[in-house]
Amino acid sequence: MSSNTILEVNNLKVTFDVRSEGDMPWTKAKKLQAVNDISFSLNAGQTLGVVGESGCGKSTLARAIVKMVPVESGEVVWLGNDLLGLNDSETRPFRKQIQMIFQDPLASLNPRMNIGEIIAEPLRTHYPKTPESDVQARVSDVMNKVGLLDNLKNRYPHEFSGGQCQRIGIARALILKPKLIICDEPVSALDVSIQAQVVNLLMDLQEEMDLALIFIAHDLSVVKHISSKIMVLYLGNMVEIAESDDIYKNPSHPYTQALISAVPIPDPSIEKNKNLILIEGDLPSPIDPPSGCVFRTRCPKAQEICAQKKPEFKEFTKGHSVACHFSD
Amino acid sequence: MIALNKNKIKVMAENLSDSSAGRSLWKDARMRFMQNKAATISLFILMSIVLFSFIGPYFAVWSYEQIDWNAMGSAARVGMPSIESGHFFGTDDLGRDLYSRVIQGTQISLMVGVLGASVAVIVGTLYGATSGYLGGKTDQIMMRIVDILMSIPYMFVLILLLVVFGRSIGMLFIGIGLLSWLDMSRIVRGQTLNLKNKEFIEAARVTGVSDFKIITKHIVPNLLGIVAVYATLLVPGIILAESFISFLGLGVQEPSTSWGALIKEGAGTISYDTEWQLLFPLAFFVVSLFCFYFIGDGLRDALDPKER
Repeated sequence: MSSNTILEVNNLKVTFDVRSEGDMPWTKAKKLQAVNDISFSLNAGQTLGVVGESGCGKSTLARAIVKMVPVESGEVVWLGNDLLGLNDSETRPFRKQIQMIFQDPLASLNPRMNIGEIIAEPLRTHYPKTPESDVQARVSDVMNKVGLLDNLKNRYPHEFSGGQCQRIGIARALILKPKLIICDEPVSALDVSIQAQVVNLLMDLQEEMDLALIFIAHDLSVVKHISSKIMVLYLGNMVEIAESDDIYKNPSHPYTQALISAVPIPDPSIEKNKNLILIEGDLPSPIDPPSGCVFRTRCPKAQEICAQKKPEFKEFTKGHSVACHFSD
Repeated sequence: MIALNKNKIKVMAENLSDSSAGRSLWKDARMRFMQNKAATISLFILMSIVLFSFIGPYFAVWSYEQIDWNAMGSAARVGMPSIESGHFFGTDDLGRDLYSRVIQGTQISLMVGVLGASVAVIVGTLYGATSGYLGGKTDQIMMRIVDILMSIPYMFVLILLLVVFGRSIGMLFIGIGLLSWLDMSRIVRGQTLNLKNKEFIEAARVTGVSDFKIITKHIVPNLLGIVAVYATLLVPGIILAESFISFLGLGVQEPSTSWGALIKEGAGTISYDTEWQLLFPLAFFVVSLFCFYFIGDGLRDALDPKER
């Protein structure tokens, strides 16, 4: 663990019990592997992009880090403390250092509270003795920071557009000056021009406040723009992790290659002649994942060994790790 | 880019700075409610009835327990509604002034209804929200308790309570309040389950807001719409229950009275040509219940965003 590593996740596993409809009370629940054996580390001021298709465990990973879902095994080390071993009251001091931004900007704001109350809530929760004038000053300050007028304080969430709501969400996350913000698909509910505004705002704030970000998205071009490191997930498993530029230049896993080839290029002549790698079939069920390599059912390179042996997640150049038998 | 936006925003701000007051969902709802004519008129009538039950006594010539010996026994001939004798609504069979008695009955019936409903609302909301929010085993146990209480025949228990412990308003409250929160808690629990998975609740939990604060600040305010609607429908239900008990002769104790008790007396003497003894309390009763139901209806339309 290097000196400015703030978050280290080791072999994190999350499973959910799933009961189907006709089950008797005494039948054993099936295990759904939502997140399987994920490890990574994050430095202060760095951005980790997490990509993968729907249902691959991106959001579960985010929720596991902030202890919103029960974790089966593994550890989440935040500044040297394993968060998973702490009880609720011991976790509280760390809650102000890790904040979260959500996918649906309007749904993440309480419709009965006005904007000032929403943004001030984390402050009032962790520092209940702050005098009211200080609270108001901090709220105004943080609202200015995210590009909102502080005279909108008395308005209610339904009076704002999606982009503004997301700014409010960001303001709420920033008011405690956290070290890490987990962004769970913060831009996927916004249209493209607003996406750019929000992403740029996050990048500016990151620089200004030395924030680390975990940025979850399924839009690769957005992730590339903001991330320093990118992790690709498939069916709860890590498939590839590398520096942002590296993963674009040399995607090593067949799944990553397919994902990157699917990113549209804003030039019709290049786009037309692009070599698009198509993946056949559907995502297998996470209740009953394929043996060996989880991707083998859809992989163009699949061989016998893929069904028998789970590929090791190994580093083949510095900072670039892949889980594939044929990565070299 | 942000710096540029900020300047633009500042210019706009100067033009907009006076319109900074927000329009809350409550204000929206009030506007929609006011647009509903039946509900607004009902609210007005109900307010007048409540006001009447407080101001009315100052105009009364007779108190509610005083017996007019002239009218006693000959209510059909002497006790009819008249301004000269001071019996504006006539007298009852014993010669007591019906005007004062109706006012008293109105006060007691409305008080039973409103207090009973508020007990039900407070207990039911907190119980249901806690059960729904905590979930799991706690929820299972809390809701099974409600199921068990619900399976008890409510009228039967109420009548038994009144017979065993004697007739009193207090006992009536306990009996009605004890059981009327059950429906409320179920409704609230269902809504809470719905709310619990909303992202703003998750946001509060991630921030580290305590469970108690989440229930009181995030869940309950978002439930109030449905609770308000249910409460206005609960009030007439409780008034009806009280009237029914009084009609059976088990409600409030003489000389105090309530709508149910007055209607019972009036109905008993209908064959002696004293129809005012039935009609005055009945009119108050029916009009008030209608008003409550119309208000409940208007509130539901105003507070339910899906109706928009």
